Amino acid sequence: MTTINLHLQQVKERTTESMEEMWVNMGPQHPSTHGVLRLLLKLDGEVVRECIPYLGYMHRCHEKIGENRAYVQIIPYTDRLDYLASMYNNWAYCLACERLMEISIPARAEYLRVIIGELQRIASHLIWLGTFGLDLGNFTLFMWCFREREMILDLFEAVSGQRINYSFMRIGGLALDVPEGWLADVKAFLAWFTPRLSEYDRLSTDNIIWQKRIQGVGILKPEDAISYACSGPMLRGSGIRWDLRRDDPYGIYDRFEFDIPVGPNGDVWDRFWVRRQEMEQSVKIVEQGLKAIPPGPVLAPVAKKLRAPVGDIYSRVESPRGELGHYIVADGSERPYRYKVRAPTFVNLSALPVMLPGYMVADAVAILGSVDIVLCEVDR
Amino acid sequence: MVSAGALEQFYALFEAWGIPWIVPRLAIMLGVVSIIIGFISVSAMFLIWWERKISAHIQARFGPMRVGGWHGWAQSIADGLKLLLKEDIIPTRADRPVFILAPIVVFAASLATYVVIPFGPGLIVQDLNIGILYIIAISSLTVVGIIMAGWGSNNKYAALGALRSAAQAVSYEVPLVISLLGPLLLVGSLRMTDIVEYQGGTWLGILPGWLIVVQPLAFLIYFTCAVAETNRLPFDIPEAESELVSGFHVEYSGMRFAIFFLAEYANMFVVCAIATTVFLGGWQGPLLAPWVWFLLKTYFLLFVMIWLRWTLARVRVDQLMHVAWKVLLPLAFVNLGITGLLVLVLSPMG
Repeated sequence: MTTINLHLQQVKERTTESMEEMWVNMGPQHPSTHGVLRLLLKLDGEVVRECIPYLGYMHRCHEKIGENRAYVQIIPYTDRLDYLASMYNNWAYCLACERLMEISIPARAEYLRVIIGELQRIASHLIWLGTFGLDLGNFTLFMWCFREREMILDLFEAVSGQRINYSFMRIGGLALDVPEGWLADVKAFLAWFTPRLSEYDRLSTDNIIWQKRIQGVGILKPEDAISYACSGPMLRGSGIRWDLRRDDPYGIYDRFEFDIPVGPNGDVWDRFWVRRQEMEQSVKIVEQGLKAIPPGPVLAPVAKKLRAPVGDIYSRVESPRGELGHYIVADGSERPYRYKVRAPTFVNLSALPVMLPGYMVADAVAILGSVDIVLCEVDR
Repeated sequence: MVSAGALEQFYALFEAWGIPWIVPRLAIMLGVVSIIIGFISVSAMFLIWWERKISAHIQARFGPMRVGGWHGWAQSIADGLKLLLKEDIIPTRADRPVFILAPIVVFAASLATYVVIPFGPGLIVQDLNIGILYIIAISSLTVVGIIMAGWGSNNKYAALGALRSAAQAVSYEVPLVISLLGPLLLVGSLRMTDIVEYQGGTWLGILPGWLIVVQPLAFLIYFTCAVAETNRLPFDIPEAESELVSGFHVEYSGMRFAIFFLAEYANMFVVCAIATTVFLGGWQGPLLAPWVWFLLKTYFLLFVMIWLRWTLARVRVDQLMHVAWKVLLPLAFVNLGITGLLVLVLSPMG
């Protein structure tokens, strides 16, 4: 508490607080902070003048734990980073290890990773769209998005036995091959899902209240987005066509054709629209993957006890929320010497104090929602 | 409800027994009030259950299914009992008398409006000759209770919610009243039964004689304002869950919260009942009993309100003000002006 009071004192010195302005504590138990984020907002009536985010309520020493585990043992911990896109975390971590240990994985595993990864992106964006609907007061959108997300979770349950924390990927491929008929199920899901997108549009995109609420709000200029190192839909919403799947291809993404949607204005609407279109692109990628997937093994022959050669690696992937990087320093033992995660939501969140001031409380909720934070990943 | 003659006989009976005149009158008043409270409670509980079912079906779920058997019909009763039995919590820093009074004020204001709602011919507690004016005046008292709740809670979120509510209620009352003036000009009376009886005939021999036929714009303005008056989505910014947690009643729990909840649904019924009375011909309708028609029309409007709530997003506070002052108010004035002109031109000189 004392550090916070000290900080408040400094803020008070910097800005002369008049009678009309008041500090409001938003979170960590607020319904719209998506977890345990705490924002101190200085309000002038309804208008936000200043915003100070406080993090760390979910800190659980992910990186330090990683330094005391064997390489394979870290995989279950990565599930708990961004728990809305666990498959992608698994992938990102395994990819870093594979690059470090120079393991190449079978073609079928590569294709399955892309299919599963893109399904995970859809699931993650669905959660985002649903909770963003909640932020704007549309509860029905939330339920509809969760309906389709459940189907993706069913698909993931079929392959991994888990619905949230999959731990499905392994260094060198996948834990198991997918069950018989699973690829046909994916196809059936895509056929069901594509028309649902226009159903969501009827509740959100086409609705004038929805448009008026988020257009021209929370503008993040391209230069700000770059200087704050934003990535993912945050960066693309500000008009910068940067997607690691295309600009720094990993896996077999160079074999797929897809567009990278960008928004011209950098407002909440653009970030919303980028994510909305990315779902369509993910459907396209999965369809291509389903057509081209070869038979074969899914796990490369790797040693039981993995030892990485001395060296370090920074490996990054385009997670649903942006650039998810894993930095591993290896000293030749069974455990990483240093293990660091570059969490996209943590970096994206740092741009929040730039976007908030001057908008109203209701906009603050929409802007925070458009950042798409997952506090488990922010705090690690 | 009871004809005046029967009442006089009832009073005379008591006087014959030597009981002071005030006693039977108080007894009648108490009876009427308990009937109204009973009706409000049952109707609000039904509405809550109904809203949960409608919203569930809009959202591809079932809603309450367990309590009471068929489609969880007893869910609201169970919830009410639970709220009754909960601990009564008053925050230490709260302004106790204001905090305790606030839900009572809100509920009393919505209770009082039921006095002049015409459920059917003769089915009206007191047919005041200023009926509609009375409703408008009394229902604006709700906002006093809301401000008391926001202030008394000593909570910033509650205060923000109360301030929003005050701004909203004041803004939306203006176009609401002016939109009602159009139909009232045609009727020429503020008495609720007169308004209903005016709509008895037909327009051009085919359309029902309802005022919505000649005053569609007024109806739209009224209904929009009514949604805002009752703090419902898309105008629910005083209790915006995702912004203010739940606005002015954030510190309330147990029965006090239940009373706020009850008052909200009671208010919804009132605004829809006024819309039915003024625009949809009140109890008028073929075949069915008048009160059935009245409830059918009112519940249809309530359904529209629930439907809106579960499919729209919330507007922002400045957009809310913009709609009230720059869109609805000018439109209401245009409607009133045209209506006044037509009444002047078409009515026989004399």
